Amino acid sequence: MAYFLQQLINGLTLGSIYGLIAIGYTMVYGIIGMINFAHGEIYMIGAFVTIISLLVLASAGVTSIPVALVLTLIVTMFFTSAYGWTVERIAYRPLRASHKLAPLISAIGMSIFLQNYVQLLQGARGKPLPPIVTGGFTLMDSGGFSVHLSYLQLFIFLLTVALMAGFSTLIASTPLGRAQRACEQDLGMAALLGVDVDRTISLTFVMGAALAAVAGLMVTLYWGVVDFFIGFLAGVKAFTAAVLGGVGSLPGAMLGGLLIGLIEAFWSGYFSVQYKDVSVFAILVLVLIFRPTGLLGKPEVEKV
Amino acid sequence: MTLAQLAVNGKQPLLEIEHLYMRFGGLVAVQDLSTVAYRDEITAIIGPNGAGKTTVFNCITGFYKPSAGRLTLHRDGGRMLLEQMEGFRIAKLAGIARTFQNIRLFAGMTALENLLVAQHNPLQRASRFSLAGLLGLPGYRRAEAGAIERARHWLDKVGLLDRADWQAGNLPYGAQRRLEIARAMCTGPTLLCLDEPAAGLNPRESAELNQLLLDIRAEEKIGIMLIEHDMSVVMGISDHIVVLDYGRKIADGTPEAVRSDPNVIKAYLGEAEEEEMPEIVASDLGLAG
Repeated sequence: MAYFLQQLINGLTLGSIYGLIAIGYTMVYGIIGMINFAHGEIYMIGAFVTIISLLVLASAGVTSIPVALVLTLIVTMFFTSAYGWTVERIAYRPLRASHKLAPLISAIGMSIFLQNYVQLLQGARGKPLPPIVTGGFTLMDSGGFSVHLSYLQLFIFLLTVALMAGFSTLIASTPLGRAQRACEQDLGMAALLGVDVDRTISLTFVMGAALAAVAGLMVTLYWGVVDFFIGFLAGVKAFTAAVLGGVGSLPGAMLGGLLIGLIEAFWSGYFSVQYKDVSVFAILVLVLIFRPTGLLGKPEVEKV
Repeated sequence: MTLAQLAVNGKQPLLEIEHLYMRFGGLVAVQDLSTVAYRDEITAIIGPNGAGKTTVFNCITGFYKPSAGRLTLHRDGGRMLLEQMEGFRIAKLAGIARTFQNIRLFAGMTALENLLVAQHNPLQRASRFSLAGLLGLPGYRRAEAGAIERARHWLDKVGLLDRADWQAGNLPYGAQRRLEIARAMCTGPTLLCLDEPAAGLNPRESAELNQLLLDIRAEEKIGIMLIEHDMSVVMGISDHIVVLDYGRKIADGTPEAVRSDPNVIKAYLGEAEEEEMPEIVASDLGLAG
């Protein structure tokens, strides 16, 4: 029981991170119908910006951890969003009118470019970060196994819940969110009603990148080491989460992320750590075979 | 043409189309079209299928860049050249709203939300980069309340107030058509372009549509352009009719002048001597008896 609870906590932490990345995939797919394969790299850049920002703040003499974290959060979201915006501007927007596969290939190219760019600038070796947020609660003790909830895990949950709540409100009831939903359904009609479609799409990328940046920050704090290649695996897993939840559905992405995190944690806990990635991708295959629209996705009905 | 020349009988020109050409490869869809739509008037564009009517609309609303020609919109004493503007700016700055032959509502959003999207620009300004909107600050609340009030007004006008929270895609066909007009009006247009608004409506619905368009013209003081095949709508409410055939203008004038124009009769019915005109067509054109 205690072991189960511990895996649940670990899985939810991991799932929060995947969920935040998955939202970026699902939103971009919703609005322009493409899978942004460079999104994992945006998350990786978020992790690097976090490390750089924390080191700069430390050397500038900011010693209070909450202050440093809040500042880092803002800096990371800002810079990573700028990357998200730029990627859309130079790699996808010029191709929007062309064949559907063109931006997809461009995205793969962008992904390779960003990996190499970070590798060249920051080196190929993993960058370690000493634990900043330490300590936690011991929830229960049974049979020599204690269930531990660290402050960091709590921070990750709470931040994720807050972001997702804010984000859902943004989509549901602000003019920007309404414009995004309108663009999702009919770009041309939205433009005819005076919605600046290009800007709305840009902001979608910015929002996705900002959430990926938070995921990058969480991962950096949680595992304490980042390298230029972390975006690939996390990106593909978050993509799996988006597919599992139903590509294009926001609650689906959140749910899919949590489920993927849980599956990975329980598989590692009860079966084998070595094959944890296999478990996740087996899910991807199964979903694509048996329920391609995902858990919360709507089937596309083409009217004739 | 100067403004003074155009403003005949005290009518104010709204949209001036001069020598408009639209080519698609070898096909000339619109050829040397010049006409003027006036404020407070209903201008109908009619013509057989494939005459280029919708192409003209697509040029006006920025879907197509005209191959040649000039489209001038007169608004608030200034003039705007539509052929040089991006699509969304034509809606935002020039104030041209349009509907399509096929219904293009945001089917997954409610009727009310459809009308709020149409008021995106003022709301977006009030929401200050979405921050005020997210936090529900008073300035944004006021703007939103105003937008909802306007949306209610138009829902009421088209008789859908009690179905404001329905998903637009679940409304009956006639209601969807009316909702599209309400949505177009919520953008606060100076020119309303309707592409076959009466298509698929039954006679009673199409009579209601006539009344709605006459009300809009009388109350909002805007220009309306419409493409329509339903002659009861065209002849019943138009102040001015432009007839196209194979991309060329063959007649331009009042309904009375157009319905007796030999070129128009020829385009619609072929040469008079070849075939007896069916009675129902003759009565539609007002030629019976």
